[in-house]
Amino acid sequence: MSADQDGTNLLEVRGLTKIFGTLTACDHVDLNIARGEIHALLGENGAGKSTLVKMLFGSLEPNSGQIFWNGEPVRITSPGVAKKLGIGMVFQHFSLFEALTAAENIALSLDDGSPIGSIAAKARALSYSYGLPLDPDSLVGDLSVGERQRIEIIRCLLQAPQLIILDEPTSVLTPQEADKLFETLDRLRAEGKSILYISHRLEEVKRICDRATVLRHGKVVGHCNPRDETAASLARMMVGSEVQAVVRAPVAGLEAAQPLLEIRNLSRKPATPFSIPLRNISLTVRAGEVIGIAGVAGNGQGEFFESVSGEVLQQDAASVRIRSKDAGGLSITGRRLLGAAFVPEERLGHGAAPRMKLSENLLLSRHATDGKAFVGIGGIVGSGAIQTAAQRIIKAMDVRKSAPDPEAAALSGGNLQKFIVGRELDRSPSVMVVNQPTWGVDAGAAARIRQALIELSRSGSAVLVISQDLDELFEISDAIAVMHNGELSKPMPIAEATFERIGLLMGGAEPGHAEHGLEIA
Amino acid sequence: MRLELVKRPQRSMLFSALSPFIAFALTIIAGAVLFALLGVNPLTAFNIYFIEPVSQVWQLHELAIKAAPLILIAVGLSVCYKANIWNIGAEGQFIFGGIFGSILPVMFPQFEGPLVLPLMLLLGMVGGAAYAAIPALLKTRFNTNEILTSLMLVYVAQLFLDWLVRGPWRDPQGHGFPQTIQFGDWAILPELMPDAGRANWGIVFALVAAVLVWILMSRMLKGFEVRVMGSSPRAGRFAGFGLDRMVFFAFLLSGALAGLAGISEVSGAIGQLQPVISPGYGFTAIIVAFLGRLNPLGIVAAGLVLALTYLGGEAVQSALGISDKVARVFQGMLLFFVLGCDTLIHYRIRLVGLALAAPDSTVKRDASSKLKEAS
Repeated sequence: MSADQDGTNLLEVRGLTKIFGTLTACDHVDLNIARGEIHALLGENGAGKSTLVKMLFGSLEPNSGQIFWNGEPVRITSPGVAKKLGIGMVFQHFSLFEALTAAENIALSLDDGSPIGSIAAKARALSYSYGLPLDPDSLVGDLSVGERQRIEIIRCLLQAPQLIILDEPTSVLTPQEADKLFETLDRLRAEGKSILYISHRLEEVKRICDRATVLRHGKVVGHCNPRDETAASLARMMVGSEVQAVVRAPVAGLEAAQPLLEIRNLSRKPATPFSIPLRNISLTVRAGEVIGIAGVAGNGQGEFFESVSGEVLQQDAASVRIRSKDAGGLSITGRRLLGAAFVPEERLGHGAAPRMKLSENLLLSRHATDGKAFVGIGGIVGSGAIQTAAQRIIKAMDVRKSAPDPEAAALSGGNLQKFIVGRELDRSPSVMVVNQPTWGVDAGAAARIRQALIELSRSGSAVLVISQDLDELFEISDAIAVMHNGELSKPMPIAEATFERIGLLMGGAEPGHAEHGLEIA
Repeated sequence: MRLELVKRPQRSMLFSALSPFIAFALTIIAGAVLFALLGVNPLTAFNIYFIEPVSQVWQLHELAIKAAPLILIAVGLSVCYKANIWNIGAEGQFIFGGIFGSILPVMFPQFEGPLVLPLMLLLGMVGGAAYAAIPALLKTRFNTNEILTSLMLVYVAQLFLDWLVRGPWRDPQGHGFPQTIQFGDWAILPELMPDAGRANWGIVFALVAAVLVWILMSRMLKGFEVRVMGSSPRAGRFAGFGLDRMVFFAFLLSGALAGLAGISEVSGAIGQLQPVISPGYGFTAIIVAFLGRLNPLGIVAAGLVLALTYLGGEAVQSALGISDKVARVFQGMLLFFVLGCDTLIHYRIRLVGLALAAPDSTVKRDASSKLKEAS
């Protein structure tokens, strides 16, 4: 299938490396793309896929390594250079002006001064010939997401690229729209164009891709033909099985322990047309227990966290119970006052205000629960008290910083995360809900955070950890549940859980997953 | 060669302090060009514009009269803008404060005594706050853009005042002039030092408001809430702060202060209602707020500077025959340069040569700047 007529690949990447601070996002990555092939780039979130394609498209410059285009070494210093070479990219997040028409949006990116009319005609012709019908005169604001993606694809095709990079193209499409897209990709391949296809949907990769390169923790862990693999074997390559599960001291009597966080038939309609609805989620977290929730990003984890934290309220007050009290109608402050603590996924801008000092960020989540300690008469903030408490957390969590009380944005991701987790631990909460505790955090800080979460549970609190990092969940959880398409499987006790079984649940590959559940509901 | 803006890892404290001064210097330079083009020696013009209006004690009193409403309004607006809420309609809230506060002296002139003035001031604040509540309600209920609604309500207020003083509230003994009766003695805001000049208690209100709002913003939990909601609304929601409550708080506070400024102006400097009671204080206060870096204490200084542009505009008109619209031009340039110079706080300017340096060194430098961004 991969026609390699003149012996050289269209694109060759040798030893490409990109380092952010202490994180090596891409570590000596090799990649070959032949003419006329659809090449899949697989990997978990944070495996380095985005960093790699950004370097190929000129948005990031590599620290080292070489890129060959048609056998010639090239430096891709900007997206403009990439376009000139013949590399086009369709991003996961579109960059379109809603108030302009499709043709006007296309004209903006071509910047060759050709009149709108001729661009519209070309776009219309191109769109029909590729089976992606598009009316160039329609306003982007009136179009569905699938149609908007067509504009991005047409815009990319108008520049006659040799290589098209598609970043998670089906993540925003309905199954029918995805099928249409696959037909178009087949046609492009037949014309000899190459496609780099980024996805974590293994079934569609098996369906349309000729070869695959798998990344894990920034390194290439394998090349394969996805048609020869199973979804399970691909998942194993992505997740990695070389990390051994930590031997855990068994915790006795969990079944009898008091349930501190109970979620009963929690459902939520999608807040926007493209967010995931939550479907009838039930889960109990008991004192002394760490429950992990695994799942591929965008399967409802964010929506679930918002619902449990009280950033979004529930109709049914009993659908979230904290320490045996109905909390579904309580705001996040009310839930905190019941003894719950929350750590969101996004550090800057959600868990912390970037331009505020650490001591002020302490106040962010604790102004109500520790009101007496931190806020004096007449609403005056006790700056001495919050300074002391901030220093206590900094010491307890070993937060490394450059100034006594720096702005949150001045800390590295790992150190800020240690502070945010420490801020909640400092309260000794009886319920702790954490979303992606160590995303983008270096190994040392990650270990520290995981250890702290285990210790919190062993001291009698209920800990719920949502994570895309399976290694992490296997390290700290007493049981793991999987979220897929807004549904939550029953927690699988850690003794029975394997990477393969969890990985399959994550891909939705095994619908009858409930049978493994041993949870006493 | 080209200029490139490079994001600073931290806000620059130096340029945070310097940027108003750089902006002021650029305004002076642009103003010099303007005067030169008008055929006036810039030095003479600047002397008349900026120095002479503040060379005598009574003139300082005039400065205080002009600065008081600017500071009062701008202090309230600074809270809005810190909360990322764009109240552009302080001019209308100022006018409604003036109208509400005038209810007592115009409709009940027989009501006299020491209670009159405090009640008027209170009514003025209520009027300004109530008028500001309209865009707040529209924003929270219908998600309208508060910039448009608050701005459009300014024109409604102006025309309403115009109708009032020509219609129901016109002084029957006023020979048909569009104005209300002169306020009674109890309804007049007293002058501070009647022997030295006309300055009234308005400037005291302005200074007290500036100090109180400074304490609110820098020391109190509510001020923290304002700053969080303004800079990272999602973090604010995580903290349990409500956006709708914040919209109302910011609008009501700034509306009340604008209303207080309005009734102070009417009962102090003017003494009755007229079709026009403000030379655009509500809009100029936006410049004051930004020139003062949205810090209430900085706003006091900025208010004095902008008040001087009003006095200077009048001075050049009478001395040189230049339109007093030149004051508006100066105010506009000042805001333009202030906003422009604020770029320097978050970005530094780098000169980029088109010639490629040795590839290795380029990569390293780029990497190190990216490193800073990433960390």
